[in-house]
Amino acid sequence: MPKTLAEKVYDAHVVRSAAGEPDLLYIDLHLVHEVTSPQAFDGLRAAGRRVRRPDLTMATEDHNVPTLEVLKPIADPVSRAQVEALRRNAAEFGIRLAPMGDRDQGIVHVIGPQLGLTQPGLTIVCGDSHTSTHGAFGALAFGIGTSEVEHVLATQTLPQYRPKQMAVTVEGELPEGVSSKDVILAVIAKIGTNGAAGHVIEYRGSAIEALSMEARMTICNMSIEAGARAGMIAPDETTFAYLQGRPHAPQGADWDAAVAYWRTLRTDEGAVFDTEVVIDATELSPFVTWGTNPGQGLPLTERVPDPADLADDNERRAAEQALAYMGLTPGTPLREIEVDTVFLGSCTNGRIEDLRTAAELLRGKRIDANTRMLVVPGSIGVKAQAEAEGLDRVFTEAGAEWRGAGCSMCLGMNPDQLKPGERSASTSNRNFQGRQGKGGRTHLVSPSVAAATALTGRLTAPADLAETVLATRPTTPTGV
Amino acid sequence: MDAFTTHTGTAAPLRRSAVDTDQIIPAEYLKRITRTGFEDGLFVAWRTNEPDFVLNQPQYADATVLVAGPDFGTGSSREHACWALLDGGFRVVISSRFADIFKNNSTKSGLLTVVLPQADVEALWQAVEADPTTPVTVDLQARTVTYGDTTVPFEVDEYTRWRLLEGLDDVGLTERHLADIETFEAQRPSWLPRALPALPA
Ligand code: SF4
Repeated sequence: MPKTLAEKVYDAHVVRSAAGEPDLLYIDLHLVHEVTSPQAFDGLRAAGRRVRRPDLTMATEDHNVPTLEVLKPIADPVSRAQVEALRRNAAEFGIRLAPMGDRDQGIVHVIGPQLGLTQPGLTIVCGDSHTSTHGAFGALAFGIGTSEVEHVLATQTLPQYRPKQMAVTVEGELPEGVSSKDVILAVIAKIGTNGAAGHVIEYRGSAIEALSMEARMTICNMSIEAGARAGMIAPDETTFAYLQGRPHAPQGADWDAAVAYWRTLRTDEGAVFDTEVVIDATELSPFVTWGTNPGQGLPLTERVPDPADLADDNERRAAEQALAYMGLTPGTPLREIEVDTVFLGSCTNGRIEDLRTAAELLRGKRIDANTRMLVVPGSIGVKAQAEAEGLDRVFTEAGAEWRGAGCSMCLGMNPDQLKPGERSASTSNRNFQGRQGKGGRTHLVSPSVAAATALTGRLTAPADLAETVLATRPTTPTGV
Repeated sequence: MDAFTTHTGTAAPLRRSAVDTDQIIPAEYLKRITRTGFEDGLFVAWRTNEPDFVLNQPQYADATVLVAGPDFGTGSSREHACWALLDGGFRVVISSRFADIFKNNSTKSGLLTVVLPQADVEALWQAVEADPTTPVTVDLQARTVTYGDTTVPFEVDEYTRWRLLEGLDDVGLTERHLADIETFEAQRPSWLPRALPALPA
């Protein structure tokens, strides 16, 4: 029977299947961070269990880490205790840990691919919903809760039910200035914030095939924002080229064997998807969210919607609640919304290409005097690369803040937070109420919209810049 | 995990859709390394900023069944959301649709999630708004929700139902299949990645 990509990977990992029970699925790679793991390790200790496969487990510190003075102990005692718990657990159970300051440290979904641990055809889990990121390599990667973290630590398996299959096909060429972030925001706006519940999404079509690995990761990353279990893209030459030579990628004859297998990881002709969504890439434009869930988004050329136009009671109520929280009036052009802060970073858009894109727009310019811009690389590796390319100076000379690596303002578990009522344009993935700080208001955007917005102080597409005087403003060197 | 057979209590109508886990419990409460004691973070922003939020209303203060709008539990995978609901006194959440990870987590932590059609959720909202003292019984044996003269059935897969009724630990269940796991491991290709030892860049 013809199979989808997701079905192939799933089937290759079934340890045991019995009628009336979930399948037992083998897990090839378990990524761990400090927030969702302490209770799982406690559970192991209480039951006298060991970690079954420390060699298939990798831990990092990302959520709590400060992005200033990163070599000092964490000032917040509760954050520090959590990070210290991970260090103790990693030592006790023999797990590799990339602690703050380590060359491999960074956001868990940035370091997996960077180290070459993330590979096609693997099953990958992490106590983190954005594990879907790794699906960009054709891995079946999904987020789990702490009880499941404990289960994987103890058994290297998970009981799972076969997911439904969804195809999101994006055909055509993306217009200039439109990025994969705009693609995924448009997809989520179309299918809704939980519209892919129970499904694995496979992204396919010429627009997807044309994307770099990092751009593909941005798309798969936000699959969870459409409610999907996972998002996947079939591995191809782009994938292999990205992987070759990375520390944990196979080498020599192993590389050839791996690539031969990886080439089989494509949806068969005639395989059936439960749900199909088609998007015309040529119609897309820079996207932005106006509400408090990632499905509440529109092209930047639109206006704040009027809840009264929504027929469904639940949707109307949700839109009213969102606009009240966001402090927005129906009918306002989105491009007139002023922001206080621009955040460039996160596991969605904190990779080197994202930083390059934003830096290109900022080079030789100054950001708006009333706007603060935080640039937070996704990992120490990304930070080092950016500094080698001189991007840090482009950002600081433009008036942005160049920070250490971590999750940072994506969720504000460290000191990087919005103040009540503050508004951000953020390249992260969630515009939930209070996500970036109590009372903070988030508009999700792509890296190029983030950079353009930093220059003008209001939501701006890169194409709009040409029309503003700001683009011609002379560079004022400062001592930042 | 505590076994769940049947539960009777009063219900709180949460007329909001797409309630994400950041609202159920914000990130700052996730710094704790315990598995209990999260009640202070439960819906804390809404409880603090909205005087008429449903859980601020005295008639719903003792509710143990939460009746929510569609797409409950979206977003972050934090199981703390289930723990906070349990710590806040809830044993059951009813919605027309849950986010996958939240639903999964609930079955591991002993919080029962019940899916009812939106029309039934609407009727239940109206009943508990008209009379907040209405007892609501959720019977996992019989797979029914009962209040007043109304009984509505709900679906739950047999395996999950059995595990919840027995209060069984998943890890223990899987350990019975250790031989299968070992057989599987023996045939994994040798080139698959290992995190250990750390390799130079
Ligand atoms: S960057 Fe944000 S979404 Fe990604 S892992 Fe960190 S907190 Fe989660």
